Amino acid sequence: MGTKVMNYAEAVADALKIEMRRDPNVYIAGEDVGRFGGSFGVTGYGVFSEFGPERVLDTPISETAIVGTAVGAAAAGLRPAVEILFMDFLPIAMDELCNQAAKVHYLFGGQMKCPMVLRTALGAGMGTAAHHSQSLEAMLCHTPGLITIAPATPYDVKGLLISAIRDDNPVVFLEHKMLYAAKGEVPEGEYTIPIGVADIKREGFDVTLVCWSGMVRQCLAAAEILEKEGVSVEVLDLRTLIPLDKKAILDSVGKTHSLVIVHEACLTGGFGGEIAAIVASEGFDLLDAPIIRVGGPDTPVPFSPVLEAEFIVKADRIVAAVREIAA
Amino acid sequence: MAADGTMDKDTYLGLYHTMVRIRTFEETAHKEFLKGEMPGFLHLYSGEEAIAAGVMSVLEPDDYVSTHHRGHGHLIAKGADTKRMFAELFGKAAGFCKGKGGSMHIADMSLGVLGANGIVGAAVHIGTGAAFACKYQKNGKIALAFLGDASTNRGTFHEALNLASIWDLPIVYVVENNHYGVANPQSEHMKIRDIADRAAGYGFPGVVVDGNDVAAVREAAQEAVARARGGGGPTLLECKTWRHWGHFIGDAATYRDPAEHEAWLKRDPLIISSALLLARGWATQADLDRIQAEANAEMQTALEYGKGSPYPPLEELLTDVYVD
Repeated sequence: MGTKVMNYAEAVADALKIEMRRDPNVYIAGEDVGRFGGSFGVTGYGVFSEFGPERVLDTPISETAIVGTAVGAAAAGLRPAVEILFMDFLPIAMDELCNQAAKVHYLFGGQMKCPMVLRTALGAGMGTAAHHSQSLEAMLCHTPGLITIAPATPYDVKGLLISAIRDDNPVVFLEHKMLYAAKGEVPEGEYTIPIGVADIKREGFDVTLVCWSGMVRQCLAAAEILEKEGVSVEVLDLRTLIPLDKKAILDSVGKTHSLVIVHEACLTGGFGGEIAAIVASEGFDLLDAPIIRVGGPDTPVPFSPVLEAEFIVKADRIVAAVREIAA
Repeated sequence: MAADGTMDKDTYLGLYHTMVRIRTFEETAHKEFLKGEMPGFLHLYSGEEAIAAGVMSVLEPDDYVSTHHRGHGHLIAKGADTKRMFAELFGKAAGFCKGKGGSMHIADMSLGVLGANGIVGAAVHIGTGAAFACKYQKNGKIALAFLGDASTNRGTFHEALNLASIWDLPIVYVVENNHYGVANPQSEHMKIRDIADRAAGYGFPGVVVDGNDVAAVREAAQEAVARARGGGGPTLLECKTWRHWGHFIGDAATYRDPAEHEAWLKRDPLIISSALLLARGWATQADLDRIQAEANAEMQTALEYGKGSPYPPLEELLTDVYVD
């Protein structure tokens, strides 16, 4: 299959188009996804022009209805690919997502499925401040029944979105808003990446950096810096948070004996804590140093550019953490 | 009785039969619960049977119904197996939800019943979503969402009805107005008296009907269902009614005025219907007694099945979290 350089947003659109061509039951609904082409331009990459308003529906500002009707539509045979524009708006629809979508298969004893994908944009860096910049994946990881995916590259985002749409479970699909313009080689046709499988983005032997989404490129930058200091860094991109690829994490730590977990989300209660606890109990004998978590400060995201820059975890903080345990 | 009074004897008897079965199921469950034999919460539909019976009687078997925590009546009216219902109420493996849902989350997808729900008002968006699927797939089906009066104050009620209105969805919102949200009377939880008035805000018809008159309910439902199926969009059908018991069993409902309660009990849908059947010569007292005796027998058998059937194996705790 041929490949093409495309950006992350276009890769998302590609996946949507492939699945909507393949399965007439896939539809998109969200705010300004139709004639506006999506606030991040995703459906503007030919999705609305190909499928029109019957399959790419503009909704009112109604997050609970967007998610709640997706549950009902999925129960009645459709495969919704709905959008909650900013992840910060997801708490508006937490009942519909966490009480309904996540639980209908269980509490109805297997009678009802919810094959829904909820795409949403997370992350800071655009100067959009407290209500448009959060990374709330930890809230989703604490809800059994949800699948949570957070791809970092155009290649990963296309393959994983296709898999997510084909999966019969409710998937929250996290797209980092600062990655929409990131370019990469992407196969032109249809391919899938398995859900729940992490990816070693860079091999190394001295320390494992576990990361996802916007932090992958920060970890890769940190790895470049550290290599010059003689520290060989392995960057493990989880890609999927739940189901967690525990084996990949333990295998990597088995090799490096040293673990740093990096996430942009606030440190306290962040998903890094779950990973640290798992490795501390199941990989205790593999470790030569304490597990370190690098996370955002426990604050909302501030507006002022200098403060926002201070909020966002970058390579320097990751390098400092590695140096702390390499010493 | 419905204005034109043209319902035939067999249809009316059928509705009466359904109402008696619902009442008998509920009161059978009630007794068990009071004996301490049934786990969890019980929210009885006794007194509201005319709504489920009347509305369901005009649906097709594959139309969708989404309901609430007081949902036994909707399942029975749609044809659910009462043995499996009791099994579910006792948390047994043979229940519709393998015992994992219980009374508040009981469902039968094979009948298009998208479940009772523990979140008040959830039916409003689940039903709206199912209606969207019906329209999208052009399959001629419709969806119904059953709601209580108090649930119409939720924000998602506004969002769902607004969405249904702009997309002209094939749905009927049946508001069962029993005048209380637990202990909060309607007069204190909303300014307006007729919830049907809210439909005007969405540009579709709102209809008020006597929810204890099964013929009136059926007639109003027929019109709303025909509108939905014919592409005419949603209707809000407000059925005025009264629950005989508290919000849940254990709630003495002392917040209700005893005189008002007595007046509503005299308008019990079963009393209204049986009086009509006798007055028209459509049934004798012996016929009515036979219908009751059959219902008693059915629910006793169903109860014994539910009580006697096994619990799920403990491994069942961990299944169905995800579709494999």
